[in-house]
Amino acid sequence: MTEHNTGKTSGLIAPACVDEQGRLSGFVHSFESGSAVDGPGMRFVVFVSGCQFRCLYCHNPDTIKMHNGNIMTVDHVLEEIAEFASFLRFAGGLTISGGEPLLQADFVKEIFYLAKHDYHLHTALDTQGFLASQLADEWFDDIDLVLLDIKHIDPEKYLALTSKPLQPTLDFARRLSDMGKKIWIRYVLVPGYTDAVEDVEKLADFISTLKSVERIEVLPFHKMGEHKWQELGFTYHLKDVLAPSPQQVERVINQFKARGLTAC
Amino acid sequence: MNFSENISELQAWSGFNGHQWQQRIDVRDFIQQNYTPYKGDDSFLASASDRTKQLWLEVSTLLEQERLKGVLDISNEIGTSITAHKPGYINKPLELIVGLQTDAPLKRAIVPNGGLRMVEAGLQAYGFELDKSVKEAYNRYRKDHNQGVFDVYSPDVLACRRSGIITGLPDAYGRGRIVGDYRRVPLYGIDYLVADKKREKSELDNVMFSEDVLRTREELSEQIKALEELRQMAASYGFDISQAATTAQEAVQWLYFGYLAAIKEQNGAAMSIGRISTFLDIYIERDMQAGRLDESAAQELVDDLIIKLRIVRFLRTPEYDLLFSGDPVWVTEAIGGMGEDGRTLVTKGSFRFLHSLYNLGPAPEPNLTVLWSNDMPKGFKDFSSKVSIETSAIQYESDDLMREHWGDDYAIACCVSAMRIGKQMQFFGARCNLAKTILYAINGGVDEKSGVKVVDGFDPIKSEYLDYDEVIAKFDAMMEWLATTYIKALNAIHFMHDKYHYERIEMALHDRDILRTMACGIAGLSVTTDSLSAIKHAKVRVIRNDTGIATDFAIEGEYPAYGNNDDRADNIAVWLVETFMAKIRKHKTYRDSVPTQSVLTITSNVVYGMKTGNTPDGRRAGEPFAPGANPMNGRDTKGFIASGASVAKLPYHAALDGISWTATSTPDTFGHTLTDRVNNLSNCIDVFCNANGFHVNVNVLNKDTLLDAMEHPENYPQLTLRVSGYAVNFIKLTREQQLDVINRTFHLSF
Repeated sequence: MTEHNTGKTSGLIAPACVDEQGRLSGFVHSFESGSAVDGPGMRFVVFVSGCQFRCLYCHNPDTIKMHNGNIMTVDHVLEEIAEFASFLRFAGGLTISGGEPLLQADFVKEIFYLAKHDYHLHTALDTQGFLASQLADEWFDDIDLVLLDIKHIDPEKYLALTSKPLQPTLDFARRLSDMGKKIWIRYVLVPGYTDAVEDVEKLADFISTLKSVERIEVLPFHKMGEHKWQELGFTYHLKDVLAPSPQQVERVINQFKARGLTAC
Repeated sequence: MNFSENISELQAWSGFNGHQWQQRIDVRDFIQQNYTPYKGDDSFLASASDRTKQLWLEVSTLLEQERLKGVLDISNEIGTSITAHKPGYINKPLELIVGLQTDAPLKRAIVPNGGLRMVEAGLQAYGFELDKSVKEAYNRYRKDHNQGVFDVYSPDVLACRRSGIITGLPDAYGRGRIVGDYRRVPLYGIDYLVADKKREKSELDNVMFSEDVLRTREELSEQIKALEELRQMAASYGFDISQAATTAQEAVQWLYFGYLAAIKEQNGAAMSIGRISTFLDIYIERDMQAGRLDESAAQELVDDLIIKLRIVRFLRTPEYDLLFSGDPVWVTEAIGGMGEDGRTLVTKGSFRFLHSLYNLGPAPEPNLTVLWSNDMPKGFKDFSSKVSIETSAIQYESDDLMREHWGDDYAIACCVSAMRIGKQMQFFGARCNLAKTILYAINGGVDEKSGVKVVDGFDPIKSEYLDYDEVIAKFDAMMEWLATTYIKALNAIHFMHDKYHYERIEMALHDRDILRTMACGIAGLSVTTDSLSAIKHAKVRVIRNDTGIATDFAIEGEYPAYGNNDDRADNIAVWLVETFMAKIRKHKTYRDSVPTQSVLTITSNVVYGMKTGNTPDGRRAGEPFAPGANPMNGRDTKGFIASGASVAKLPYHAALDGISWTATSTPDTFGHTLTDRVNNLSNCIDVFCNANGFHVNVNVLNKDTLLDAMEHPENYPQLTLRVSGYAVNFIKLTREQQLDVINRTFHLSF
């Protein structure tokens, strides 16, 4: 697993898959017709399955394996979205989350393309950005907003937490900033893992250098996904970790705010 | 007839516009001519005064004592009436608005006219005994509603009551759901109202005395007596309400006296107050213009009234509380909406009523209901959403849908039933259990729990796998039988209620000639829909016990469930609603009332579940139904919007008594910041109403909060949540109900 050490290897995007009639397809875990916490306004969220990360605090471990999802054509996904398009146009938009959407880049790009051109929806991509270096700038044309998950700012701790290197994510953040693409940074606050004052300071340092960050969302760690780990027969390492207190969350938000960043 | 010369309306009506409402009773015209629409935000509102806080503190102490004891006290020595009790006060010098149901706060009255049996059971449950003289009076000299009904019930009706296929019938207590136009009391005063009732009666002096005419004449006489008693009751508190109110404080007080008379006389299942906030705002505006009142004083009047509405109590049995969850009275107040002329009916008064939830803290009563229209000012929409998110204590109903049917001066009886105020009443019909009906269809009328044959003339299904067409044919016939038996029961109940427990004062505040509806209802919509969907789209194998009764079902394959915006399932739900409505419509109803139905359960969905065996959708015996029109718990896997889209497909025209959907969320679910949450919630309600959605309760809660409240109820005296059609104090629910609430779909996104 040399990629862990170099910090540069970006892993592989899964090859595009097609159904027996040759239609572009992908693996979808589930749909959520009305989420208010995955981008601006009310979002239709497509949760795709498959992720190369093994984040200790993952609350959707059932989406880690691509084959835990159902294979679905792009058209099928768009049919699901179409029902709500008029609502989504004024109230929010479409978010693709996961899993890791970039793992199925062809599938995801086609959904965004049609959502944008046929339904005129606001579009958001929720990603950790690990595979982004393999995608050309044009790939992001139909995406209005990137919800970029930065799991940690310290490379060692990042690796320990996610099993993958940090650098590709930071490179991607820089690239989005240069492209002028809007970013919401998402940071999961896990007591004992991601809450150290100096780590948050470092992260704030980095974010301050980006030009297109609109907000930082501090997401308090929760254990509502714990039962899924058990069901999947995986070991859950954060059994004894408690959710952060409101005061802890407040402190971290204020650290970002102190830099003039918008955080909530 | 013109009364304005006789009485001092010159003062009472000075500064008011319009003529029509002065010539005859027409509260809507008065409102339209005089109200001031408000399009701003909530920044003008005033916080609670020290006096209000002190008064509420005293009430809170009593509420805690009541919670510990079950009931605080009972006036068991006298059957209640408008004038039965001496004046009562919480703390007289602190009260701006006065009047209690009995001579002390939270002391419950007994209402023997509804049914002595219920009174005795209620007293016994809390360690009281019925006064001998009351008992003797009803056993020897006076018949009550309950006795009347059971004199005429037939064996099939009794069997249905016993098995629970029809539940909650108002045959032992007041039917309620009648909304007097309490605004008439301040606007016109008792003299005017009595004179008008005399006019209505005199118009029937020279027509042939048919049964209908005689009944109406007798009722009008009772109404006039009741108005006189109302006058006396107010006088006992030191107020002469013969004339119209001259100030805002008088208007609130006169109006409350009208309502108080109703709740002194009737222990109806739901006792709405109507639509009063914009009406009262007219008086408040007039006093403000004249420099007699400021915002803080205006809010005080509203808060004081709200305190009174929070302590309305009836004596009921523990079984009743189980069925209806806690101790509800449904003091429903309808707020907002649009006028037929396109102006919004939102006033500053609308804000003040909602603001009481901050000044006094959240509470389930009064049942504040926002009549939502997409055209309402954004300021009010966002304020409502904010109050929802912070208190959970509001329900929403589509004004756009209801205005089309009922005009712009309707109120909500109970949770979802719209009616033109003072011009319409309903015969409350509780509901029948469609999920159990499908089991009866499969078992040929044999009850799956007791093994008793409840319905004659039906053959059971004998095949191993259920065939959709066969089930539908038998189910259709069984619904036909159910509708027939159901209407027989309702006709009996309302005939007897009119005879023995007539709502004298509430009907005195109606026109003589009104529209009556026969408000039927169905429970178990989602269970039944999913059962049929399973039979149609998957394979359902019947498991029978040794006596051949189908007691369980094995589903092979998957089926689309109602609540995911999937027409394959949702169309079945639509079919059910329309089909059962059509069957009800076939029958002759008491007093030529117009049949309607609701898709509504309060938390009686828990009781219905207990009374129903395993169902073909995979639901286990005893497991609660989903409330109202909700998708079955946990089966609406595509989230909040898809769930609402399914519910919104149910046709209002086939359920004119209302369709209820409860959406429970945690605050985080609506966004990361309060601004996000308010915007998102407003948009969601807009889209639901746009899709012809009728009603939504919004619970915005944390699961952890609920779990903690189960363990430490004393820390959550005011934790309010909405269940279908209603808000309840969470800590007053039974443990099973609490668990049910928690296990309901929490629309968590993660």
